[in-house]
Amino acid sequence: MATQVPLAPAPPVPTSAGRPHRIAAPRRRWGLTAVGAVIAFLFLIPYVVMLLGSFKTKKEILSIEPTYLPTDWQPRNYVTMWDTPETPLPLNLISTIAISAAATVLVLLVAVPAAYYTSRRRFPGRLAFLFLVLITQMLQPTVLAVGLVRQFLAIGIHDTWLAMILVNAAFNLSFAVWILHSFFATIPVELEEAAMLDGLSHLQVLRKITLPLVWPGIVTATIFTVVACWNEFAASLVILTTDANQPLSVALTKFVGQYATSWHYVFGISVVSIVPVAILFALIERRLVGGLTAGSVK
Amino acid sequence: MATAGNGSRLKQTASALPWLSPALALIVAIVLFPAGVMVYTSTRDLSLSGVDRGGVGLDNYRQVFENDGVPRVLLNTAIWVSGVVLVTVLISLALAQFLNKEFPGRRTIRLAILIPWAASVVMTTTVFYYMLEPNVGILNKFLVQIHVLDETFGFTKQPTSALAVAMVVGVFVSVPFTTYTILAGLQTIPTEILEAADVDGVSPWQRYTRIVLPQLRGALAVAVIINIINVFNSLPILRVITGDLPGIEADTTTSLTFKLLTLYREPALAQALSVFNFGLVLVIIVVYMAVTRPLRED
Repeated sequence: MATQVPLAPAPPVPTSAGRPHRIAAPRRRWGLTAVGAVIAFLFLIPYVVMLLGSFKTKKEILSIEPTYLPTDWQPRNYVTMWDTPETPLPLNLISTIAISAAATVLVLLVAVPAAYYTSRRRFPGRLAFLFLVLITQMLQPTVLAVGLVRQFLAIGIHDTWLAMILVNAAFNLSFAVWILHSFFATIPVELEEAAMLDGLSHLQVLRKITLPLVWPGIVTATIFTVVACWNEFAASLVILTTDANQPLSVALTKFVGQYATSWHYVFGISVVSIVPVAILFALIERRLVGGLTAGSVK
Repeated sequence: MATAGNGSRLKQTASALPWLSPALALIVAIVLFPAGVMVYTSTRDLSLSGVDRGGVGLDNYRQVFENDGVPRVLLNTAIWVSGVVLVTVLISLALAQFLNKEFPGRRTIRLAILIPWAASVVMTTTVFYYMLEPNVGILNKFLVQIHVLDETFGFTKQPTSALAVAMVVGVFVSVPFTTYTILAGLQTIPTEILEAADVDGVSPWQRYTRIVLPQLRGALAVAVIINIINVFNSLPILRVITGDLPGIEADTTTSLTFKLLTLYREPALAQALSVFNFGLVLVIIVVYMAVTRPLRED
């Protein structure tokens, strides 16, 4: 091939350092890096504005001569934002954490057995089940919110964490099932059979042998579910009507008024809310390439 | 023999139930049942507090669709979904192609693009709203400074431009997921095929349209359908950007549903419109299933 000619092994020529001469490394493509930096900047603009704005005083951020950088840095915004008349922010943070954590635990408890069994056994109804899971992946709480409100009012759990835990768990179940299903499928059945010959029960095999092997899949499913629950908005908006029950995503909108919006607080809350999930997402970056579509385009 | 076969088949399904029933219970209780409730109550006369005052057939639907503003809302919905998805896919195709090249700092740039995906859409949208605010918005001021505008413009203060801004934000938050899905597709293309094309002296554009694009069909189908559903269901962007405008000129069927529910206090009409939205999503899912046949490997 033409491109390989210059790379044909040249006789090693001792250099001054005494090491064999190497073919020059492929041209470092700094031009592409520059283009990439511009693209990255474009995607970061709103978050940079958010971060800078969170350090401005209310007077400065509402000034009709807007500034790019804060003239009077106010790190105290991050303290004072927790105690405002608009919304009980500490309780909103607790709601967000509690709902996300409980929903994620529920998703794992429900998805692990289902994903394990469907990847291991063929049985009548298996395809119907996977089909049902796929359909819920396509549905979102937004389109069912009105029905959910009716149902929760009828059974008396409207405006409770429990309602939102169930909603978040149900609508994030499908991704967890799919990703775990594809991870379980990579573990050879022989491994489990050998363990069973050694006298372990089915559940013991799952707990001691298989689960540790699919750990990366569980981490991916967990992080993805946490982030999705953390950011949920539409269902929380109509199901959680009491201020104290609402997550940060809904509480934030209380600061945006027709006239004197407390933008500095809006941005401070946003920064506090976005940083943890952005870090979590970065941890599973490699899995996000393909992971999301693992079930659907295999 | 048939009976014995059926018996053992039933047994197989029965032994799968302990593993699947938690997932099934959650899906039935939080997805299927509310969907049923929604369809049923959309034919009832509901009071504000949710008291059922008897059946009204299709009156709720008639009332929704006889509203003079609704044709505009349907048109908005079509423009919103097709515009955002089309532009998102085009930008993501280019971006994925770029990020598939090797250059120093690529991983950092990929991580930067991940942030809009991880961040809450409400929060991202709120920053855009602030940046384009005519009095205090930084982006508005910037556009005046670089002489794109003579004076600041109320982008979010009238329906048409507000909808356009919402669409830009829609593209912004949809590009990361789409780019990652296409990147995953690009990585499945065998390098031998691309090298062979180079040897045959195919131009880069021909190589892209004749070799790369056809190989991306699966990834593109997933990206397009998931985007259509996400964008159709998206509430936060429109709620933040066009939510305070009077009337329904800048609404889609999804944002109108929530306005009927929370602003106009018309739960019965919101139910009817929700069922319409639900039906549309189901049609999209059926098309998706037909195009990608996600379960075909079984």
